[in-house]
Amino acid sequence: MRPLSYVRATGVDTAIATVAAHPTSAFLAGGTTEIDLIRLGVTGPDLLVDINALPLADIEDRPGGGLRVGALARMTDVARDGRVVRDYPGMSQSLLLGASVQLRNMASIGGNLCQRVRCAYFRDGVSPCNKREPGTGCSALGGMNRGHAVLGTSEHCIATHPSDLAVALVALDAIVHIIGPDSTRTVSIDDFYLRPGNTPQAEHPLAHGELIAAIEVPPLPVARGSVYVKFRDRQSYEFALVSVFAALDVRDGQVAEARIALGGVASVPWRAREAEMALVGRPAGVESFASAADAELRAAVPREQNAFKIPLTRRAIVRVLRAALDRGQQ
Amino acid sequence: MDTDVARHGTMQPADLPAVARGPSGTPVALTVNGIPHLVDLEPRVSLLDALREHLDLTGSKKGCDQGTCGACTVFVDGRPVLACLTLAIACEGREVTTIEGISSGGELHPVQRAFVEHDAFQCGYCTSGQIMSAVALIEEGDATTDEEVAELMSGNICRCAAYPNIRAAIRDVIAANAASAGEEARSATA
Repeated sequence: MRPLSYVRATGVDTAIATVAAHPTSAFLAGGTTEIDLIRLGVTGPDLLVDINALPLADIEDRPGGGLRVGALARMTDVARDGRVVRDYPGMSQSLLLGASVQLRNMASIGGNLCQRVRCAYFRDGVSPCNKREPGTGCSALGGMNRGHAVLGTSEHCIATHPSDLAVALVALDAIVHIIGPDSTRTVSIDDFYLRPGNTPQAEHPLAHGELIAAIEVPPLPVARGSVYVKFRDRQSYEFALVSVFAALDVRDGQVAEARIALGGVASVPWRAREAEMALVGRPAGVESFASAADAELRAAVPREQNAFKIPLTRRAIVRVLRAALDRGQQ
Repeated sequence: MDTDVARHGTMQPADLPAVARGPSGTPVALTVNGIPHLVDLEPRVSLLDALREHLDLTGSKKGCDQGTCGACTVFVDGRPVLACLTLAIACEGREVTTIEGISSGGELHPVQRAFVEHDAFQCGYCTSGQIMSAVALIEEGDATTDEEVAELMSGNICRCAAYPNIRAAIRDVIAANAASAGEEARSATA
């Protein structure tokens, strides 16, 4: 691991000013991705600004309902928070199905949103990779791409976004609160995740020195019946082949509102808007669920090894919508 | 380490904040198993390397060194974390507990005893990490079934596949704790 310097920040403003003033520095929160990638030689900050002592870990009620989750809250704490479990059960499940106990104790919510892709060509530090070294090409296009994305890709990058939590958050219309050197701003979670397009190296709109302060989850009654299910090669401690977040509001047998998002199959946490639109006003049942899944997957582009993800995702959507329907009727 | 420095050159950027420490060795104050230490460490040194190479606490093991295997599991402020993905310098002011710190007065911890009784290991390399996770799992009290135990222990890999015996050891301690809690409740109401 290359040498680096370290400073423990004692205030939010000084932390941000320090990183902003030093172009090759980085914030250090849970470190679960960051230390891993530094050791692998994939990223190389020469100064880490440790923000773990900053007062950004609280989970607070919003005045009009909803929650404000501090960026330094740990995955374990958010997953177990009584309000999250009660009002956003699918969000709690998405956290508990991610990583392992040890990693959930370490990893911060802000860091979870910013975690880097698990593509082996990105992580090996040497293969051509447009995300790591723009312009060198995408090794996964004609290589090992069984785990890669079928939605939202480009000819420059087909890596999947690895976060489970972010899948729940896109379905919940979360808002990312950002503090920068000169100002604060909010970005809707939809605008936070950038598809690879021609610039796969840009994954989110954070400028160097900008820090996620909190995630705001708006009040959303339908989310009380939300479900998150993850389908993977191993039963635990594994990234998703496909995961589905679903919540349904059904009135007189018709779908009044649907929230659906997908993980493991797209370049960004994927809000399944086509499926949602196809469902609203239709009878809540397997037939509608299947045609909603088809509507979403019409745009899917398979590669040599990952075509199986399309029928798998179709079945996963149907199954998780059925679970959401059962849960909503309880 | 020396080759790394040679490859990347000396690193002392002009705009480094005055309060920054490193990249060369700096005194780091660590409290491990209740005992304070002052160790000269580069900021890049992981907690795992600090424990093993600088404090001679070799019970925590280095399996993958990338957060995958769980052999390096220790407690920081009472919670199980991965020492390989934790920088030692980031643990200043926090309580670190290793496998060497869970027994008391020369007596094995009940989880250690249960691992011996159930032969819950073969090569033993993953064992200290398994025991640390098991101690935390039992204290948290979230697991009652074997499935829940398996899920909450999934961050600890055993390549000898001693999993059935590991789960049996954990099950025994959970059952023993439940029995003694019941005993206490009965004597409290008596």
